[in-house]
Amino acid sequence: MESSELKRSKDSVNSCESARRSSFPDEVLERVLSLLKSHRDRSSVSLVCKDWYNAERWSRTHVFIGNCYSVSPEIVARRFPRIRSVTLKGKPRFSDFNLVPENWGADIHAWLVVFAAEYPFLEELRLKRMAISDESLEFLAVSFPNFKALSLLSCDGFSTNGLAAIATHCKNLTELDIQENGIDDIGGSWLSCFPESFTTLEVLNFANLTSDINFDALEKLVGRCKSMRVLKLNRSVSLEQLQRLLVNAPQLAELGTGLFSQELTIREYEELESALSNCKNMHTLSGLWDATGIYLPALYLACTHLTFLNLSYAALQSVELAKLLAHCPQLKRLWVLDTVEDKGLEAVGLNCPLLEELRVFPADPFDDEIVHGVTEAGFVAVSFGCPRLHYVLYFCRQMTNAAVATIVQNCPDFTHFRLCIMNPGQPDYLTNEPMDEAFGAVVRTCTKLQRLSVSGLLTDLTFEYIGRYAKNLETLSVAFAGRSDWGMQCVLGGCPKLRKLEIRDCPFGNAALLSGLEKYESMRSLWMSACNVTMNGCRLLAREMPWLNVEVMKEDGSDDSQADKVYVYRSIAGPRRDAPPSVLTL
Amino acid sequence: MDGGLVLLGGGSGGNGGGGGSSGVSTTESAVLSKVEVVSEACSYPAETELELGLGLSLGSGGSSTGKTKAANSSWGECGRILTAKDFPSVVSQRTNNGGPSSVAVSGTKRAAESVSHDSGSPTGVSQVVGWPPIRAYRMNSLVNQAKAQRGDEGDSGIGEKDKPKDALKKKLNYNGKQTSSATVNEKGYLGFVKVNMDGIPIGRKVDLNAHSSYESLAQALEDMFLRSANSLEKEPLTMASKLLDGSSEFVLTYEDKEGDWMLVGDVPWRMFVRSVRRLRIMRTSEANGLAPRFNESNDRQRSKPI
Repeated sequence: MESSELKRSKDSVNSCESARRSSFPDEVLERVLSLLKSHRDRSSVSLVCKDWYNAERWSRTHVFIGNCYSVSPEIVARRFPRIRSVTLKGKPRFSDFNLVPENWGADIHAWLVVFAAEYPFLEELRLKRMAISDESLEFLAVSFPNFKALSLLSCDGFSTNGLAAIATHCKNLTELDIQENGIDDIGGSWLSCFPESFTTLEVLNFANLTSDINFDALEKLVGRCKSMRVLKLNRSVSLEQLQRLLVNAPQLAELGTGLFSQELTIREYEELESALSNCKNMHTLSGLWDATGIYLPALYLACTHLTFLNLSYAALQSVELAKLLAHCPQLKRLWVLDTVEDKGLEAVGLNCPLLEELRVFPADPFDDEIVHGVTEAGFVAVSFGCPRLHYVLYFCRQMTNAAVATIVQNCPDFTHFRLCIMNPGQPDYLTNEPMDEAFGAVVRTCTKLQRLSVSGLLTDLTFEYIGRYAKNLETLSVAFAGRSDWGMQCVLGGCPKLRKLEIRDCPFGNAALLSGLEKYESMRSLWMSACNVTMNGCRLLAREMPWLNVEVMKEDGSDDSQADKVYVYRSIAGPRRDAPPSVLTL
Repeated sequence: MDGGLVLLGGGSGGNGGGGGSSGVSTTESAVLSKVEVVSEACSYPAETELELGLGLSLGSGGSSTGKTKAANSSWGECGRILTAKDFPSVVSQRTNNGGPSSVAVSGTKRAAESVSHDSGSPTGVSQVVGWPPIRAYRMNSLVNQAKAQRGDEGDSGIGEKDKPKDALKKKLNYNGKQTSSATVNEKGYLGFVKVNMDGIPIGRKVDLNAHSSYESLAQALEDMFLRSANSLEKEPLTMASKLLDGSSEFVLTYEDKEGDWMLVGDVPWRMFVRSVRRLRIMRTSEANGLAPRFNESNDRQRSKPI
């Protein structure tokens, strides 16, 4: 503590200008700034003057790093001495769809080593798309005595053994959140590793795991962790077991069930129904694997205050969904499979006037022989009934320009519009025209739009619209679209707030790539794969822009001059040294 | 006489993803010759083979020649339960499966098909790596759900992505090794549906999980209901079934989750399994209104053009 105080007074002496102007003691400034949570606000604050820069860095306890290669752990530790919580994101988003080689990088270990030295009191670590091994998890578990919260989303490289290490050593753990990871699921004994004396867990999410768990250990754990508010089970937990857990944890605010189908007696059904309805605080419900109409009614009484319902693992039919939604008047977020079809979405429009977010996932994404799932009609129906809708992710097999125009007219407040017409390059199925006007309507009408994913048959006109109108757009995802370089140039020339641009299978080449030279430094990253960019174009980009890392991933058997996959991102850490041989840094 | 409960097979029918009606000629003669051999129970004139072959292409899947080589055609053409395929008006535009035959091979990257932005018929979804953009985790869950419902299926379709195929395969292995047994057991009871046959007072139950196709189901139903009734030709073949005398006396129908009665065979197997509540082997004469031109075609099916 002493050395830090010395350091601070030295800094304030240096900033004589602000010392003259304001007699604000550092401590007060720091106290005020410590109330700032948003990292963007904090970034702005740190630019005001040296005093504020220092006050901000000393008061910051949480650091958010959107691209782990944009900065090094040493740089972070140097600037922010008092970090207790870190959020790190690694691989490009398209790694979720297997477009990034497995050993690409984004390994957490180097960070952990630095953190162990500089932030021994680290409490929280939230990782997305990072590679993390069991050794790293064990290192984490033993290096930070105050460690409280671990959240892993879309990560890979670890197994349940790593979880066992966490359970064994983290005496103060409050949160263990394992979501959608490529985890090597060896077995369930990790749950038994929580000591008998351990009672602090508030969040436990192991829905990701597929293997059987030690239910006895789980039951005891839930029983003694009285502050538990989030519990998300995996498939192996049966309805009967669920009932037993709920009886001991009626305080749960978020519940993820296990398998929601089993032969129950009448009595068992009633017990389940009763246990569920006793969870008066429940606002989020998920899991529900294989749920069918038979047992859904057990949920009805529990849904009164529900705001988030995730049915994306339950292949419900429209009637089943309609009946369930009649009991969910407060719903704000809904995720479903397209087995509910347009009829089900009509029920959404009728029953959920407060709805803000809708995600419709395809149950059969690869079967495009038969038209089923949802169509434009379902989306339109929702838009009529849910004027507050602002976040949509919609997978469908047909769409029209007119429908989209209607939708955004009904719901002009979209912030996230992600439309996936699953057949690449498919036109408006009624008029056979490109879908340009649809997305034109979106960007013209939805002035708050931050994130856009386009699909269907699109010419450069779509991108003209985007560049011209999407003034708040931060993330754009493009696939199988566009006609020429002009399209991409429009986007790079417009869209002042663009941060992430990801493009695949589009006819954009070097001219387009290079038109964004200036722009890329204000962006987090650019991804281009299966486009017309060449190695020479990438080399030129790398040469002109020293603060950008330009990485090319080559595929086997491709032309030497083609740059199959390009990933460009700004960085103050310089080119990375841990790239595998398939990734060339230019 | 012989109560042969048969779902229309007919090797000459559609192949694979088609529903197409071509290619009848070569198999036709083979079929006919078989029919002649077993003739007395079968009173269908020759042309019947043609449109019968049009029907539900059970067990064909491209193996039409194989089928007719086997003597099973002897049963197929002489009596069967009509299904939706017998009524082309009911069958949807499955025949328009143009362009790339994207039959159920999910996620596989087919060689050399570049996506043409100008083409009116875009390449199928199944041809592209990493598309549609669904997280690998969710994809695995879908695979396991589908596997559990089907009870089989090499899901290599989804797993065989091009580059990081190992990654996804690895992930599938994690899930696959446990889920297939657990979930099939869990879903076991859901797989049983009641089956009633007109004229038979006692109903039976059939486990849908044990079948992956309509022909397999038909086989099982046949065994169940007609094994005792029929004592004639017992061909020891996978698709063998008993001969049924008379016209197509029975139709296989099902009640779906919304209470509607439909002809079996109209929708893909997976969809059927998800929505079926119970089955009924109905007398043809009672199956009015199940298909638009049913009555009409009842008389005319024998001479229905291909």
